[in-house]
Amino acid sequence: MDYKIIPSVCSYCGTGCGVLFKVLNGRLVGTLPNKTHPVNQGKLCIKGWNLHEYITSCLRLTSPLVKVKGRFHKATWDEAIQVAADHFTSIVDKYGPDSVGVLVSAKMTNEENFLAQKFARAVIGTNNVDHCARL
Amino acid sequence: MTNSIGEIEDAGCVFIIGSNTTACHPLIASRVYKAKEKGARLIIADPRRIQLSRFADLAVTHRLGTDVALLNGMMNVILRNGWHAKDYIEKRTEGFDDLTKTVESYTPERVEIITGVPAGDIERMAELYSRNSPAAILYTMGITQHATGVDNVKSCANLAMLCGNVGVPSSGVNPLRGQNNVQGACDMGGLPNVFPGYQAVTDPNINETFSKAWGKDLPKHIGMTIPDMVSAILDGKLKALYVIGENPKMSEPDRIHLDHALKKLDFLLVQDLFLSETAQVADVVFAAASVAEKDGTFTNTERRCLRINKAIEPIGGTLPDWEIICRLSSAMGYPMEYESPEAIFEEVRRLAPRLYGGMTYERLGINGLMWPCPTTDHPGTPYVHKDAFARGKGKFHAIEYLAPVEVPDDEYPFSLTTGRMFCHYHSGTMTRVSPHLDAEQRRGYVDIHPSDAEKIGVKNGDMLLVSSRRGQIEAPARIRDNINPGTVFVPMHFGGRPANVLTSSKAFDPIVKIPEFKVSAVKIEKLQEA
Repeated sequence: MDYKIIPSVCSYCGTGCGVLFKVLNGRLVGTLPNKTHPVNQGKLCIKGWNLHEYITSCLRLTSPLVKVKGRFHKATWDEAIQVAADHFTSIVDKYGPDSVGVLVSAKMTNEENFLAQKFARAVIGTNNVDHCARL
Repeated sequence: MTNSIGEIEDAGCVFIIGSNTTACHPLIASRVYKAKEKGARLIIADPRRIQLSRFADLAVTHRLGTDVALLNGMMNVILRNGWHAKDYIEKRTEGFDDLTKTVESYTPERVEIITGVPAGDIERMAELYSRNSPAAILYTMGITQHATGVDNVKSCANLAMLCGNVGVPSSGVNPLRGQNNVQGACDMGGLPNVFPGYQAVTDPNINETFSKAWGKDLPKHIGMTIPDMVSAILDGKLKALYVIGENPKMSEPDRIHLDHALKKLDFLLVQDLFLSETAQVADVVFAAASVAEKDGTFTNTERRCLRINKAIEPIGGTLPDWEIICRLSSAMGYPMEYESPEAIFEEVRRLAPRLYGGMTYERLGINGLMWPCPTTDHPGTPYVHKDAFARGKGKFHAIEYLAPVEVPDDEYPFSLTTGRMFCHYHSGTMTRVSPHLDAEQRRGYVDIHPSDAEKIGVKNGDMLLVSSRRGQIEAPARIRDNINPGTVFVPMHFGGRPANVLTSSKAFDPIVKIPEFKVSAVKIEKLQEA
């Protein structure tokens, strides 16, 4: 049996409560509050205590999907990435970079947000970058 | 937040306006309870009587969208009684004379007429807030999601500066942010006008720095906000959209209008954990890994950068968002190769040095660091504007009250407000698939006052039809006396009864384009008995 406790941060609201993920044999089985964390001091709300439930939901997507004639088909990463890259490239060629918008995410990490806006600005060539801060 | 979460405990007064703190930020609410235990005075101003109202020294329920009038009324009383921080105003602020002139006409009697809050309560709020320093203001979308959102925030700042409550421990103007990394998304330049670290894309020197760093000539004009993008799609100018970890079909105002726009796109790419309402209409969906399946950092509402650590392997064939973006970028001829999230963080440190320069993964540890943290020996910054404001002097803005865009009329006689509830989260994508949270509340509802329910002959659980100028939803009535007569509340989480069918995309703040989710005019009809 391999049991681990990994410190992390809750991904619901903006409070930033310290959590501990309970991992049994490589599977996420529970969430605990971090007793010594400066933000939540060993407590969690109902959403935090159940944080692992959405992560391990059977409704999670497990592979990229590409829509063909109105229906989704499972694709490999290489295929799906290529389809997206081709669409963006041809739209930028035809209508210019400002014909593309990128919505980055208040749910992603700092590092991922950094890359997403870098993708919009340096790869697409547009400042059409926004996210749900207003919503 | 200008101040940190822990400081709330030591405030002399906590003033909460437009935040249902126990439901939406429970662990910040627990600091408010602790402050109360330590003797702080508590003021609540909210259109609903919230859980914290029971423990408040004074709780008022002002009419939707009358925040500026209420705050001006408090400042009127403070100035009349000479309770303002005269030295602080003299040394640290500007624009005080204009403010004085404007708030002069907001007498408690006049403000009572606008807000519905008794004049005596306005006097008492002013006294409690100004006579119990340090006083902390906490707010959320109840202040910002208005056509006067910027005015509302500036009015909170006016009140705080008037009483010397900025740049002092346990005080401040403290927006409680609603998403785990909305602070970080802004910090990282996830906005149309700034690069990481709030550096303007239009500034030639900054633009050059980033262009050099990324080996590409970067665009110099400000891009579009989300509402601008929706209009541009309908005008045929925006052809493709890449949506990451967001469900605009649930979270944007005026869903029917948005649906039209999404259908018009040539290409929609959605990157998400789930096949959300928005992902269902995409052309390509990228399956992303969750918080437990990767390393990285989040920055919370108090500007504290915190590490997340990989606990399990990505589920199924998913990939972390950073790896997906790297692959897409490389496939488009711009190779993005990073060994790890830490390598990306090192680039953030170099390009946003004022805020993040002094942070390393090692220094962040478990407790994190609060920005600004410019050097590796800097301890981080629990509260900002300490000796001077970021802009030098704190600026008072003289602000007049403006009524919400939609006020009730004969055809739409009720005011609708929207928000979250304790067991669900935002568009519901995460909580509706969580068995324990789903069990708490499975369907949407309409909170309505007993006197209104009686007028239209409605009992608890009866099915109602709620209509606005945009659309209509059906949901059961929940009769509650914590809401004012004439006002109804609909939670935003439930796909089958989406509140955003009712809200308007035409009513928004002219400066920051935030939609007026908190006030719409609606009519209510009974459909069917329970």
